[in-house]
Amino acid sequence: MNQKEWPLWEVFIRAKQGLNHKHVGSLHAADVTMAIANARDVYTRRLEGISIWVVESKHLHASEPSDQEALFDPAEDKIYRHPTFYNLPIELKHM
Amino acid sequence: MEINLEESFQKKIDDEIRIEPRDWMPEKYRKTLLRQISQHAHSEIVGMLPEANWITRAPNLRRKVALLAKVQDEAGHGLYLYSAAETLGMTRDELLEELHSGKAKYSSIFNYPTLSWADMGAIGWLVDGAAIMNQVPLCRVSYGPYARAMVRVCKEESFHQRQGYEIMLTLSNGSEEQKAMAQDALNRWWWPSVMMFGPNDDNSPNSAQSMKWKIKRFSNDDLRQKFIDVSVAQAEILGLTIPDNNLKWNEARGHYDFSTIDWIEFNEVIAGNGPCNKQRLKAIVSAWQNGEWVRDAAVAYAEKQAKKTDNKTIAA
Repeated sequence: MNQKEWPLWEVFIRAKQGLNHKHVGSLHAADVTMAIANARDVYTRRLEGISIWVVESKHLHASEPSDQEALFDPAEDKIYRHPTFYNLPIELKHM
Repeated sequence: MEINLEESFQKKIDDEIRIEPRDWMPEKYRKTLLRQISQHAHSEIVGMLPEANWITRAPNLRRKVALLAKVQDEAGHGLYLYSAAETLGMTRDELLEELHSGKAKYSSIFNYPTLSWADMGAIGWLVDGAAIMNQVPLCRVSYGPYARAMVRVCKEESFHQRQGYEIMLTLSNGSEEQKAMAQDALNRWWWPSVMMFGPNDDNSPNSAQSMKWKIKRFSNDDLRQKFIDVSVAQAEILGLTIPDNNLKWNEARGHYDFSTIDWIEFNEVIAGNGPCNKQRLKAIVSAWQNGEWVRDAAVAYAEKQAKKTDNKTIAA
């Protein structure tokens, strides 16, 4: 008896033209055609989108939660990356 | 500095920060969630059976498309929830195996038979109504994938209850026989719906931990009381009588009092001795077994297509 489970896919939906595809969930499918067909049935029953991306979950790589500080904290003290850091005269317009 | 993992985990939960799949979590939290989410997923899947019984016998096309859409939603809800459970480290096949072997439970309400068309009304109104009471607070559950799945489920669920109530309303305003059918359905589904909230609080030993972890937001008895309070007015609009002689408004409590629940029946159904337990499990298992060749064929086809693409790449 073949006990082979269909691979897992991550599903991304573009809600409307002009917006980016956003992750909505995952599902199992034997191949890409079935993954898109299933994504349509499972995730877009109520006009949730106009375009679907699927990617096999094994091809998705993520940062480690334990690296969160090392990766993202340094940005916190770089306030000079924001426009409000710069002192300019009040009379100055349109900048 | 040594940080206690368990303490910082609890602090996150206290601060309403969601836990995500790759974050550290206590083993017991993972296990409890797996049981809760998979039980919920199984309930959605088994829950399709009592209603599927009436799709081909719906009284008109309007009712038929609505019921079909509802059952399709339930399949979808099962899939969202299975996906959420899989992020906790169990495979889909393992989850299904637990359902098929009887190891995993599903909501005991689905072990009751659907004897008349009015049952489609009563299920939508009461069973989905009770489910919504349970599910809305779970949109804020501490585990991210579960909370996100529940937001989706709740958005879709409210049409289920409204379509059920509309069926009850039509029957109640119909002929004497139709009204009697609606009353009969209410009589049979009322107590099983009230039992859907689970055992009384003083008989629910794991509740305190689940509340602390925010995978349960309100107690069984609080939700049950809320359900009963809102149902009374809804039954009045229908002109139907809730089958409980002790149901009366208690001014001091600000709630309706009601009869003691028949916990013997509840425990019997959970133990596998409800009217349809065997029939439901048999239907689920045979669907899985009879679909095996289809699943295998799909894999074989996918493998063959992949090989063809590989060969083309090499040739190029």
